[in-house]
Amino acid sequence: MATAITAPPKKAPKSGRSMVLVPKIGPGLGFGLFVVGFYFLMPVISAFEFSIRDINDTYSLGVYGRITSAPDFGTVMWLTARLAITTVLITILIMVPTVTFVHLKAKKLRRLVEFVSLLPLVIPPVVLVLGVLASMPTSVKGSPMLLAFEYVMLAMPYTFRALDSGLGAVDVGTLVDAARGLGAPWRMVFFRIIGPNIQSAILGSIFLTVALVLGEYTMASLMLWETFPTWIATIGQSEASLAVALSIFSLGFAWILLLALSAAERRQKGKKPSGGEA
Amino acid sequence: MNKTATSVAGSDDLTVAGGNSGHGYRHKSRIRTNFGIYGGVFPFFIYALLFFGLPTFRVVYLAFQNQDGGWTLSNVRESVKGIYLLSFERSLELSAVSSITGAILGFTAAYAIAISSRPALRRVVQTASGVFANTGGVPLAFMFIATIGTYGLVTKALKVFGIDLYAGGWTLFTFTGLVLVYLFFQIPLMIIVILPAIDGLRLEWREAAASLGGSKWQFWRYVAGPLLLPPFTGAVLLLFANSFAAYATASALTSGTIPLVPLQIGSLVSGNVIADRANLGYALGFGMIVIIGIVMGSYAYLEKRSAKWLRR
Repeated sequence: MATAITAPPKKAPKSGRSMVLVPKIGPGLGFGLFVVGFYFLMPVISAFEFSIRDINDTYSLGVYGRITSAPDFGTVMWLTARLAITTVLITILIMVPTVTFVHLKAKKLRRLVEFVSLLPLVIPPVVLVLGVLASMPTSVKGSPMLLAFEYVMLAMPYTFRALDSGLGAVDVGTLVDAARGLGAPWRMVFFRIIGPNIQSAILGSIFLTVALVLGEYTMASLMLWETFPTWIATIGQSEASLAVALSIFSLGFAWILLLALSAAERRQKGKKPSGGEA
Repeated sequence: MNKTATSVAGSDDLTVAGGNSGHGYRHKSRIRTNFGIYGGVFPFFIYALLFFGLPTFRVVYLAFQNQDGGWTLSNVRESVKGIYLLSFERSLELSAVSSITGAILGFTAAYAIAISSRPALRRVVQTASGVFANTGGVPLAFMFIATIGTYGLVTKALKVFGIDLYAGGWTLFTFTGLVLVYLFFQIPLMIIVILPAIDGLRLEWREAAASLGGSKWQFWRYVAGPLLLPPFTGAVLLLFANSFAAYATASALTSGTIPLVPLQIGSLVSGNVIADRANLGYALGFGMIVIIGIVMGSYAYLEKRSAKWLRR
């Protein structure tokens, strides 16, 4: 049958074999996937091995017991926690109403708000910190909370996207009209109608923001504040295994947050079809 | 405040809705809507201006100012000379190597999971990519020191097989070492960005090509290749900007042994300033903004182009 086409009969089976309709992972791709997997697993395993290794090449979990008694542990954790909470609060306070309004009433402004939110991807933190140090008054620079205000900007590309897609999945206009029509004040609309409907988007942006605050090194170190990441770097100068143990904790915590984020995203995607009925 | 809003919107109404006289209620609702639009997004723009626009403007402004407050080009000129020119070259080189390597490896991995018929594998890789792409900075540096540093596990394991990584003068704290570490967040980022494009290649196109007698090579050369080229190039640009802007990982890993632009800015901020070059840091920052601006602008353009056929 295949010979009916111009192709010479001898060649037909060959071209049939080389053009697979449903491609499968061959040995080449399989090997590549294995190498990539190895590359990502090895550092995680090695870091753990390194942290429990003693000087005499024996193993003990002792280093993990020393984390809480490390110098400045309490102060650093307290500052980092305050930064995380402040950043999250400002982010929610600024971004939720903004993105909601943009979806509800000012669709034309959506592009502009999106553009502004994405700008922090163009100006790297190391450049932004230059400008912050040069433009903020000394009294403001004296407070570590200035970092939180800048972290809100650094997180904005991600928070905007999370909230934007969250609001895109529900019919906000109808919901708000219904609530307003029944006499609900705006405060109630936000807390009782919009909030619960984009719960996973809000949760997602909180996770992202916290992960960012826990890992941000550039601005904190150049503005000379000791937060969790800069503290790890300081410890690393004197005690490598403790620093590696802390790194594992830091990464582990961030990974849990980001895993929770992707779970929240998946839940949101699952909700999408029923959005109109809510 | 209410009064001003009324008068502004009121004058606006005269031209727009002059015919609708006597409908006071209508006027009021439109006023409130107008105020709602700008009132709703007002705090956002003020915030972004204060904590982002102002500092950025200040960097660009100071890049062209001398010590006495006059306009000058000497900072910018100085920033592309000697050690600073070398830093730009090294930064560009590092970004190019890590983005292209990351893009190729990431594409391979993404293609493998796209064609694998295992949804579990796909979910694991996708989730892990989202997690690893956001990993960086000090913890990542320490993790790699524990892996292939002088006393790392892999270094030790290779010694058992008679391979001494550190025999030839190589260390983790060199250019190639930095590339190796950067790949840890570059490959996952590539997977995230390129997977939708690979998924967009429809099975029907493959079937169409095959039924017309096309070979595998011809399918890639004339169908998949041209379609995937814009998103692939875009992804390379995104990865490029990503590593060009990175400061924390390089700073923690090399402690300044490799001249990179972000590290130079960092050391200028930390006060290692020669008196007459106080504004040099701003010129370097301006240079970074220009380069990343061009790269991200091109990325946005390519993204827009591939979005056309990606929408199903």
